[in-house]
Amino acid sequence: MKPAKFEYVLPMTVEAAVEALVASNGEGKVLAGGQSLLPLLNFRMARPAVLVDLNGIKGLSYIEDRGDCIAIGALTRHRDLEHSPLIAARLPVMSAAMRHVAHLAIRNRGTIGGSLSHADPAAELPMLAAFYDARISVRGPAGHRTIAAEAFFVDALTNCLEPEEIVVEIEFPVLQYDGWAFEEVARRFGDFALASIAISIRRGRSGLEDARIAVMGVADTPLRLKEAEQELLAMELDDRTADRFSEVVASKVSPNSDLHASAEYRRHLLAQLSRRALQTALAEGMSRP
Amino acid sequence: MTDVSVRVNGERYDETDVEPRMLLSDFLRDRLALTGTHVGCEHGVCGACTVLVNGDSVRSCLMLAVQANGAEIVTVEGLGSPERLNALQAQFREHHGLQCGFCTPGMLMTGEDLLRKYPLATDEDIREGLSGNLCRCTGYQNIVAAIRSAAAMRTEDEP
Repeated sequence: MKPAKFEYVLPMTVEAAVEALVASNGEGKVLAGGQSLLPLLNFRMARPAVLVDLNGIKGLSYIEDRGDCIAIGALTRHRDLEHSPLIAARLPVMSAAMRHVAHLAIRNRGTIGGSLSHADPAAELPMLAAFYDARISVRGPAGHRTIAAEAFFVDALTNCLEPEEIVVEIEFPVLQYDGWAFEEVARRFGDFALASIAISIRRGRSGLEDARIAVMGVADTPLRLKEAEQELLAMELDDRTADRFSEVVASKVSPNSDLHASAEYRRHLLAQLSRRALQTALAEGMSRP
Repeated sequence: MTDVSVRVNGERYDETDVEPRMLLSDFLRDRLALTGTHVGCEHGVCGACTVLVNGDSVRSCLMLAVQANGAEIVTVEGLGSPERLNALQAQFREHHGLQCGFCTPGMLMTGEDLLRKYPLATDEDIREGLSGNLCRCTGYQNIVAAIRSAAAMRTEDEP
């Protein structure tokens, strides 16, 4: 329950951090908030020869309004997102989801860059990245590149980064909406989700004009459900819409069974949460002028 | 081997030859002999090792001692003394908010951070805030009551 030996490096710039990773010959690991990595080190499930601690780098923690998107520095802590008035005003689904991210002491340390890199399929920030179609900026030996959230998450706990690449910034495009909702069920408040859905909608002249849907806990990566979005737009709005919608969402996923919940239970939960989420989003949409 | 300088409960400590892999929890207990911080699960689930680092509650088992270099730390020893309990400790005693006491340091340090950051208007808020701390005596009712009472007193104290 103690980490194996490693060499500790505390670079002051992103460039120096990349150099340290290159010098480690694939034996290096990046440390940001440490809330996922430290348990892995303590269990010795991860045994890097070199640990590159990003916390000495200035200027990687910020939340910036860029008009059509909000840019977030990779070292921004979860609690800064949770309490940010800018996030509450411009990315309300993220704002609502943040209090579900683990527990207070974890939110005080954990970072957005770390959570995305860890790529847990039942963690809120990867799901929010999928929901908002976030653009993830990374720096590596070959320079800078930007990756769409859809391409970033490859498998459970697996992202598409090269070993020497570091996430430096994430841009979240701002969505136009009339209503939205975020629903999650976990075994204990703050634990990883058994099932969760985020939705936002725009009303048109008749029915819905636009919809955005993402789910988590029901696949090896968070999923944006583009087909379900299209099917929702084609639906007539009546008192059975939410029921039909819940069936559509449940039909799009094939969850796995594990220690915490069976596949059937996860699908059942997702259907119930989907119904509730759409009802909430539609009710909000009705009350707006 | 690295040097680590920290202030803990107002006192400065300059430790030399700290292995980078040493956890902050072990550093506090084994190097500084501050054994009030308890070590339970060592993977961030139980919350027993919670301390305040620069004013924020953190799991000391999920932070390396070298990362605390230059930080201001408060452990349960820094809250009060047996003769002079601080406000939250006094409420834990009043409401019998502990049984075996193993989780208590973590409950207190989490409670301190919760009282500062959240309104804690309802029991649900308090339970949500404590969801990252396990009490295996399952004495949650009284822990919640202690924090509820401390939250009410905090509101009265404000101008």
